[in-house]
Amino acid sequence: MIVPLLKGLKITLSHLFQKPITLQYPDEKPQVSPNFRGLHALKVSHDRAKCVACYLCPTVCPAKCITVEAGEDQNHDKYAERYEIDMLRCIFCGYCVEACPVDALKMTGEFELANYKREDFVFIKERLLEKR
Amino acid sequence: MGYEILGLPMAYYIAMVAKVLVVFVFVLLTVAYATYAERKIIGHMQVRLGPMRTGWHGLLQPIADGLKLFFKEEIIPSQSNKFAFLIAPLIALVPAFISFAVIPFGDTVEIAGYKIPLQIAAYYDTAAGKVIDINVGVLYILALASVGVYGIVLAGWASNSKYSLLGGLRSSAQMISYELAAGLSIIAVFMLSESLSLQKIVADQAGFGWYAFKQPLAFILFFICSLAEINRTPFDLPEAESELVSGFCTEYSSMKYAMFFMAEYANMITVCAVTTTLFLGGWHGPFPPVINFIAKVYFLIFTCMWIRATYPRYRYDQLMRLGWKVFLPLSLLNIVATGVVVAL
Repeated sequence: MIVPLLKGLKITLSHLFQKPITLQYPDEKPQVSPNFRGLHALKVSHDRAKCVACYLCPTVCPAKCITVEAGEDQNHDKYAERYEIDMLRCIFCGYCVEACPVDALKMTGEFELANYKREDFVFIKERLLEKR
Repeated sequence: MGYEILGLPMAYYIAMVAKVLVVFVFVLLTVAYATYAERKIIGHMQVRLGPMRTGWHGLLQPIADGLKLFFKEEIIPSQSNKFAFLIAPLIALVPAFISFAVIPFGDTVEIAGYKIPLQIAAYYDTAAGKVIDINVGVLYILALASVGVYGIVLAGWASNSKYSLLGGLRSSAQMISYELAAGLSIIAVFMLSESLSLQKIVADQAGFGWYAFKQPLAFILFFICSLAEINRTPFDLPEAESELVSGFCTEYSSMKYAMFFMAEYANMITVCAVTTTLFLGGWHGPFPPVINFIAKVYFLIFTCMWIRATYPRYRYDQLMRLGWKVFLPLSLLNIVATGVVVAL
């Protein structure tokens, strides 16, 4: 009965001399996995968003957080005039990325999404465009 | 220095006050930094860091905590008994600090021709040529240890909350079950030293004649029972948050809450000091007397934290069983064995 108690003490004492695995978060950022589903980004091709406003992403979205409005450019091509994601509703399931037929959307490793105002959680097209 | 009060020179009284102040400030600082040490040690034992951001490696954390607690809003429940509610933290805190008065923490020092024993409640009798201290020092400590629990029970009752009341009641039941075993386990020490005076007990242990070696069972029993008596992990049932929210201090906030914490840590220091005095040879050892004493006390405090990092909390019935069915018979057995050995 007493030996296991002493064994426990030995284990905790040995831990005292181990290197802590703590990440000092605001100073040290964690390396997220390539599969991590963070903030969305609209991919850019030929200086414009690849999105063709097909409405597949708002259709598949289980949280109904994506709003797309289509527009027509000079070449009579469809493009997303308005593209908004409400991050307060998004559940980061990644269905929108999977549904996209033109590979216009991806999810980045960006996970620091805290904000002070509710409006700041609505990411409009300009904020979502892939930054290089 | 011709001025005298009650036949004792002025410098004597100055030395007395200085002694009290130094010890009080030292214990208070130890209390503050014991909280820091606890967080750090448990942190590292759980392979993490503990406080790191306030000052170098979080060293200013106790000060920041103190400031925060001072400025926090004070809440007194409207249906509580105001007077008892306010006085309870004091009743918990004061005995924790004043039990330090009888603990000898060093040899006699000589300042300006006066011999001053390093024990608050003691003086050097020039006529007899020896240190006179309170001759029932251990009883005084045991008595104060039981007064401290009044604060907790009163806090639990005065809060007018079921959780607090249950926490306070648990605390008193626990105190009774473990005070007996703790008191009985040190009787073996008195049988060997034939005195209740802590000066005499420490003097008997000079040159590594520690009672911890002569009475290992009593030493372990006393230390564990003391942990239980001051409600330290793994016996911290009065504040078992999984069952009782926060036990007796559920309704307390800001500085009054902090006072319970201070009492807990001051109690821990006192218990470690008493254990050092009774079993680990007090201030005897290879270094200067006061350093020996502090080193031993700090080692025991570390052990308390080590135990906290290791063991989960006891269940209430297990705690009672351990107290009444294991520790009490063991301490009685130890007394009988010691008696037989002494008689032979």
